[in-house]
Amino acid sequence: MAAAPGVSYPDVFQIKTRTKKALERVLNRENGVDKIFKLDRTDKNKSLVGCNRRMYLVRPKVNLIKIIADQISNEQLRGENRRYRIIMVPRKLFLCETLLEQEGVFGLCELDELDLDLLPLDADIMSMEAPDFFKSYYMDNDLTGLHTVSRGLLSIERIFGEIPNIYCLGRAGKMCYELLRRLSGGEKLITPDYPRSEIGHMFLIDREVDLVTPLCTQVTYEGLLDDMFGIHCACVEFGSEVTSKQQPVKVMLTSQDQKRKDMKSVQDMKEFVANDLRQLNQQKANLSYHIGACEQIIGQKNKGDFQEYIQTEHSLLEGSSMRENVNYIEESINKQDSKLSCLKLLCLLSLTLDGIPSKEYKSLKTQFVQSYGFEHMITFHNLKKVGLLREQEVPAGSKIPTVDVDLRSPCDMSYVFSGAYTPLSCKLVEQVLQREGFLGLEEITRHLPGGVHDDIKLRTPGKGKRSGGKAMSNQPGRAAKVVLVYFIGGCTYSEIAALRFLGKQTGYQFIIATTSLYNGSSLLETVMEKSQV
Amino acid sequence: MASANWQTLGRVYYEKMEMYALEWGDQIDLSKFIVAAAPYGGPLALLQDISSNPNIGTTVRPLLTVFTSAGKMISQMRWNSGRIKQLGWSHNEELLCVQDEGTVLVYDIFLTFIRQFGMGQEAKETKVLDVRIFNSYKGTGIAILTCSFRVFIVNSIDDLRIRRLAEVPGLDSAPTAWGIITMDGQSQALVAKGNELYLIDHGGQYQKQEIEISTPLEAIIDMAISFNNKYIALFTESGLVWIGSADLKKKYCEFNTKSPQKPTQFVWSGPGAVVAMWEKMMLVIGPDKDYIPFHHDSTVSLVEEEDGIRIIGRDSVEFFRKVPQVTEQIFKIASMEPGAMLYEASREFERQSQRADEYIRTVKDQLDVAVSQCIQAAGHEFEPSRQSALLKAATFGKCFLTDYNPEPFVNMCQMLRVLNQVRKPSIGIPLTYTQLERLTMPVLIDRLVMRKYFYLAIRICQYLKLPEAEGASRILAHWACYKVQQKNEDDEHLARVIADKMGDTPGVSYSEIANKALEVGRPDLAIRLLDYEPKASRQDSMIQGEFFMAIRNIPEACSLFLQYCRQQNPQMMEQLYYQEDNFQEEATCKVVNSFKQEQVDEEIRLLKYQRRLEEELHREYTDLSLHETIHKLIIDNSHKMAETLRKEFKAFVDVCMKQNNKLEARKYVQRVTPDKKVACLIKVGLLREAADVAFQNRSEDELNRVLRKCSVTDRAVEDQVKGYRQQLATAGKR
Repeated sequence: MAAAPGVSYPDVFQIKTRTKKALERVLNRENGVDKIFKLDRTDKNKSLVGCNRRMYLVRPKVNLIKIIADQISNEQLRGENRRYRIIMVPRKLFLCETLLEQEGVFGLCELDELDLDLLPLDADIMSMEAPDFFKSYYMDNDLTGLHTVSRGLLSIERIFGEIPNIYCLGRAGKMCYELLRRLSGGEKLITPDYPRSEIGHMFLIDREVDLVTPLCTQVTYEGLLDDMFGIHCACVEFGSEVTSKQQPVKVMLTSQDQKRKDMKSVQDMKEFVANDLRQLNQQKANLSYHIGACEQIIGQKNKGDFQEYIQTEHSLLEGSSMRENVNYIEESINKQDSKLSCLKLLCLLSLTLDGIPSKEYKSLKTQFVQSYGFEHMITFHNLKKVGLLREQEVPAGSKIPTVDVDLRSPCDMSYVFSGAYTPLSCKLVEQVLQREGFLGLEEITRHLPGGVHDDIKLRTPGKGKRSGGKAMSNQPGRAAKVVLVYFIGGCTYSEIAALRFLGKQTGYQFIIATTSLYNGSSLLETVMEKSQV
Repeated sequence: MASANWQTLGRVYYEKMEMYALEWGDQIDLSKFIVAAAPYGGPLALLQDISSNPNIGTTVRPLLTVFTSAGKMISQMRWNSGRIKQLGWSHNEELLCVQDEGTVLVYDIFLTFIRQFGMGQEAKETKVLDVRIFNSYKGTGIAILTCSFRVFIVNSIDDLRIRRLAEVPGLDSAPTAWGIITMDGQSQALVAKGNELYLIDHGGQYQKQEIEISTPLEAIIDMAISFNNKYIALFTESGLVWIGSADLKKKYCEFNTKSPQKPTQFVWSGPGAVVAMWEKMMLVIGPDKDYIPFHHDSTVSLVEEEDGIRIIGRDSVEFFRKVPQVTEQIFKIASMEPGAMLYEASREFERQSQRADEYIRTVKDQLDVAVSQCIQAAGHEFEPSRQSALLKAATFGKCFLTDYNPEPFVNMCQMLRVLNQVRKPSIGIPLTYTQLERLTMPVLIDRLVMRKYFYLAIRICQYLKLPEAEGASRILAHWACYKVQQKNEDDEHLARVIADKMGDTPGVSYSEIANKALEVGRPDLAIRLLDYEPKASRQDSMIQGEFFMAIRNIPEACSLFLQYCRQQNPQMMEQLYYQEDNFQEEATCKVVNSFKQEQVDEEIRLLKYQRRLEEELHREYTDLSLHETIHKLIIDNSHKMAETLRKEFKAFVDVCMKQNNKLEARKYVQRVTPDKKVACLIKVGLLREAADVAFQNRSEDELNRVLRKCSVTDRAVEDQVKGYRQQLATAGKR
């Protein structure tokens, strides 16, 4: 948190919810921060008479800037003199400056930017924590977010060296890659030393390439937690039904927990006792929360309707018994089940059929709107815009092969969806890594929206048939096995689980980066027209 | 005596008074012109009638002249377009010239061309036989009768949608009479084919109409529909006038004029009398078979007004109307109305006679009525001296009242001052008080501005203390727009003149004026004017048009801009979508807007409720959500309040079930509307009751739903449901 000012007088931070979650661990009195507020419309900050300096930490969005401008001009009217500094994350936008100018407060503010592109959430996960990215990019066609993605990639390259092999899937992937090269263009003084790079491969995956995966019900533990309780910034908040405490409890989720399992020798144990016992109590408490959470989850998932739901989901993925599936969806709609689940199934139906036949589409839409309110006419329109829903004239089927998987000792990535479906995104990563390029995958890549693109500088000898790349022989083996997978437009915990699994199977070390982590429900929620009450 | 020139029509009094001596003197013989006059004291348009003079060839271009109501010429031009079939005025005082091939040309009162539109292909091909310009619920409409005897109609000239009305069966020659009736928000045509009447609408329907009549109905050769669209008068071949309601269901009277000749004009005078005109003879017919004949010494033209008719003669304009009720109450001979007494008292007081006191005593108890009668009557007077006499009487009466609200008096004085100003021959808008009430003051001010009486308009605004933004500064903006069109003045000078006058009056948009300057091709002036624009953002709006065009070709920029608009300027977004013909998105904008509206309304309702609660219970409720409010009310033991609040907003059963409170939920189930009852009962687990209700509702679907919920243990219920279903099925067959 280099941007936190080391000043002696109290500062007031005003931030936006999401950012707050990510930052409240860093900013405190020791850093000269008196109090952190959540930015909202109401003007409740009157009580802070003593502060003569205020800092806003916000995303550069029009409505937020407007709130700030209103606050400042209100305080000016009341004759309170303060110094203001607005820090925009991840960068200043011209639009925001213009807006401040229009509101007449530009002169009172210092503007800064905090280039906070990727937040590490776990040993192998980085996230931009920008849940709006999906909506603004796919629905509003706003490319601002791509720039942030590229800047994040640039900082990774600055630290770990230029990544030799890059595979772009989809339109956004290619755009980010091109932008990255443009941004780094000025820095390249000497020819890059690819063999020194610590990351061997990078995938830039446009979410558009695989919209099915996020909509599937997650059955890995983290996925379930996310579906049930919602994970924000790798933190899950358990309510009283889990913890049997009045206050909700926040628990950090990291894959570090699993490392405990790796203890093998007495020496390890000694070290553990010496260093980590202190944390053990905390761990024990966490464990009990997790057990509570599990019970809660099991309670939910054993209900009849969940079984029916998952059955429908699976037969959708198989592309079978379309009539029954539509019937089930209709019934759910009319029973007023959770509208997000209904929407998930609707979107899955559309994606697996490559568009819902016009007649069904119209009838489903009518029923949905009648059941959940007319504002959802707009939801349907939005879903169409982002490509989750499609209305088609001539029906066409598509089938996704299934594998029977033993869930206790999985041997295929599809375990993350109880064997019903292998995340397409992860499958593509697997295939491309095997072939070191898209060669031989033309049958599949042809169907991917936006197409694919690769840039391969180093090859493992004997693999891949294209000429041009240098041989990878002199590359240290470790780096060649490090793969950065960037999901542009967000990813789910299931995909992370799948890639971790793939890593274990193949020996690759996957680092996952994304614009945000979500699940089907939270994804649809961003696109859904907000209910009016 | 004020009542000296009153004339009785049955039990009703009518009066005719001179408004103006026409300024055009004797120079105009109305019989040689096609005349069109706008209602509400609007202007007159006169077009030389060349058809009546066979000596003039078609090559001659007739003169078209616009006069004020007082006969002062406003503008004149030689008509050099097609043959005009009909002239008329829109409700915005635009001159509509309907040509025989269906083209309608629109001019302002200065005969500046505004726009033109057609009335459809068929009109163009077969030519127009007849035209009606009428007041529709949406403004001014035009109906044409083509030479193929079909009627095409446009309900509003501002929203051009041409509709073809249904055809009259077996109509093979021109209808003997026709007219447009606007009823229940729809315009229909009433067409007479000989003695048959048909009502036709744009839905393709025709209805033959029957009317109640004592003698066999003869061919109808003329009809008149009243100004308020409520009454109709028919004129038959043998001179019979039938007066009834517009839907032809009710007859008021039949009156035989014994004139086989079709009247030259056949109109209504207010809602109470029909006026038929043959050359110089005018007959006023009342709904009770009474009549008053008039004789004019020259051809006159009648203009229908809301409360009477304007009679435009060769050298004067007269107004014929029913004597307003209050006026009658005060001035009728031997009237004992309080107003009449007060008026007498006031006159005696002027004469310093003690009888004033006697008169006052007789109306002591009703003095307030007397005062308001005098005030009202003053409003209906045209003569300032009589206005002031009545107002004096009112002030006199006011002296004896202790708590009289002076507002009506002050308002009336203000209205009269304004009315007297605009009635002056130099302005020439002879509005009556009734008409002004209908027209409203802002519209009158607009009309003054349109006639370029900027100064008068501003003075009226200042006098009435209208807010500057909608009054003075708006007029100034109009003035400036007009000013920039005067090409003979130099840019620098003009900009300074404008800025001097406008100063920084609130609400003045220099950019609008600059836009106008740009339109008339004075970019330098526009730039100079923009320098005065206090709002920087408005300066930009000038280049906005170009900006739109530029970003259209860059989709990324376009979507960014749209996103900006979504948050900052939703209207502009709507416009953009409209321009791009993106109907889906445009519709979305509209839907979102209406949602917002609804949401705000709901919130306002809740806040009002909360305030009331706070007043009654002395606890804080504001800013809580609806659920929180109900929750708090229950906790505070105000169950009744909670209940009413719930009724106002939403249902309860679901909430109770969520809390697993079956007992509580059952209480509420009884109050749920019947159609939702079954679902709720199922939710609560009362399957048997659910089945009963479903049966009562005679709904098989609901029964099935109950059946689906039955588990093995509910065998009894299952059987019962099946039994019910059987019964329903047999009942259905029967």
